[in-house]
Amino acid sequence: MFADIWLVTNKDLRIEWRSRVTLSQVAPFALTVLVLFGFALDANPEVLTAATSGLFWLTVLFVAVVAVQRSTAIETADGARRALLLAGIEPSSVFVGKALAIAVQILGVEVLMVGGVLLFYDATVESLPLLLATCAVATLAIAASGTLLGALVAGVRARETVLPILLLPLLAPVLIAASRAFDDALGVLAVDGWAWLGLLAGFGIVNALLGMLAYGPLLEET
Amino acid sequence: MSADAVNTGSRTTRLLGAAVLIGVLALILLGFFGAPEDDEQRDAVRMIFVHLPSAFGIYAAMATTAVGSVMWLWKRSRWWDIVAHSSAEIGVIFCGLTLFTGSVWGRPTWNTYWDWGDVRLVTTLILFLMLVGYLALRSAGGDENAMATRAAVVGLLAAVNVPIINRSVEWWSNRTLHQKSSLTDGNLEDLTLFTLFVGIVVWALFFVWAMIHRFRIGWLEHQLRDIDLETALIQRRAEAATESSGEESR
Repeated sequence: MFADIWLVTNKDLRIEWRSRVTLSQVAPFALTVLVLFGFALDANPEVLTAATSGLFWLTVLFVAVVAVQRSTAIETADGARRALLLAGIEPSSVFVGKALAIAVQILGVEVLMVGGVLLFYDATVESLPLLLATCAVATLAIAASGTLLGALVAGVRARETVLPILLLPLLAPVLIAASRAFDDALGVLAVDGWAWLGLLAGFGIVNALLGMLAYGPLLEET
Repeated sequence: MSADAVNTGSRTTRLLGAAVLIGVLALILLGFFGAPEDDEQRDAVRMIFVHLPSAFGIYAAMATTAVGSVMWLWKRSRWWDIVAHSSAEIGVIFCGLTLFTGSVWGRPTWNTYWDWGDVRLVTTLILFLMLVGYLALRSAGGDENAMATRAAVVGLLAAVNVPIINRSVEWWSNRTLHQKSSLTDGNLEDLTLFTLFVGIVVWALFFVWAMIHRFRIGWLEHQLRDIDLETALIQRRAEAATESSGEESR
C-alpha cells in the first residue's frame, strides 16, 4: 500500500516539478493576495496584526482551491483517470497519494507565506512548535477534503465554479480552528491553540476516512 | 391545461396540507394569545414557536438526506436518491428559516442580529452554505447515476455537520449566546411548552407534505429523462432505417 501511495505522490509531484505551475503561478498568486490584504487594511496596522491569522488561512484556502483544480485537471486530461483505474492500484491508495502531493505543494506555498506575514504584517512567532504543527495538520486536513471533492467534481461540466462552492464551506471549520491556533502561535490572542489543533486533527481524520471510502466509487462512476 | 396533466397532489397530500393550514392557524392563536410572555424576554420569546421547530426540521431533513445518500451508495436505489435530493432542498428552507428567525429573535434578546463568536450560529451557517453547494452540484447536470453518487458523498459530508451543531452548545458552552437545551430543563411554562409542541407537530406535517410533493416532482423528472432517451433512440433508429432504405433504392 505504501509503495502505491508513494508511486501516486511521486507521479503528481514530478508532473508538478516539470510544469512548475505551483512555483510560477500559485506561489505568486498567494503572495499577491497577502499583499492585497495589506493594501486593504494598511490604514490601521493594529487591524492588520489582529487579522493576520485569518488572512493567512483564507489565502491558504484560495491556494487549496487552485491546487485541487490543478490536481483534478491532471487526471481529467487525456483520460488519465481511466489509466489510473486500470493500473490496479487501490483507490484508497490513490486518494492518499494525491492528497499527500497536494499537501506538499500547499506546505511549500505556506513556507513562503509565513515569510510574507513576518515581513509585511509585522508578525512575530511566539510558539514555533504550535505554528509548525498547525501548518502540518491543517494542510493535511485541507488536502484530504480537497482531494475528495476534486474527484467528486471531476466529471461535472462547470467544475471550476462548483468546486469552490463545495470546498470553501466544507473547509470553514479548518479556517476557524487553524486561525485560532495561529492566533496563539503568533501571540495575537490568549487562546489555547493546542485545543484548536485537536479539533483540526479530528476534522482531518473524519474527512480522510470519508475520502478513502468514497474515492473508489467516485473514481469508477464519474 | 391538458386533460392528462400530471398532478403531484393526492388525497393524502390534500389532507396533510389542510392539517398544516389548520395547525398554522392554531399556532398563531396559541403563540400570540395563548402562551404567556416571558419574564425576561417579554414578547420576543414567542419566536421560539417558529425557531425551534425549524431547527428540528433541519435535523429531520439532514437525517433523511443522510439515509437516502447511504441507500443510494449501497443499493443504487433511485427512489432513495430522489428522497435525499428532496429532503436536502427542504432542509435548505428550514436552515434559512432557522437563521432568519434566530437573527430576528437575537436583536431584542442579545442586542445583535448576528454574533460571529456563537458556535451554533456559525455551524448552522456553514451547513446552510454546504446545502446550497449540494443543490448547486445537483443542478450542474450530467449523467444521472454519476450525479447521484457525487451528491450522496456531499450529502453525507453535510450531515456530519449536524451532530456538531446539536452538541456545539455543550462543547463550547463559553462561546455561545444560545441557552442550553430549553426543552429538557423544565423551565418553560405549561402552555408555552404545549404551543411549542404544536409548532413541532405542524412543522413535521409540513415536512412530510413538502417531501411527498417534491419527491413526486423528482420521480416525474426521472421518468421524463427516460422518455426523452427512449424517444431519441426511436428517432435515431428511424433515421437509420430511412437512410438504409434510401441507399437500397438507389
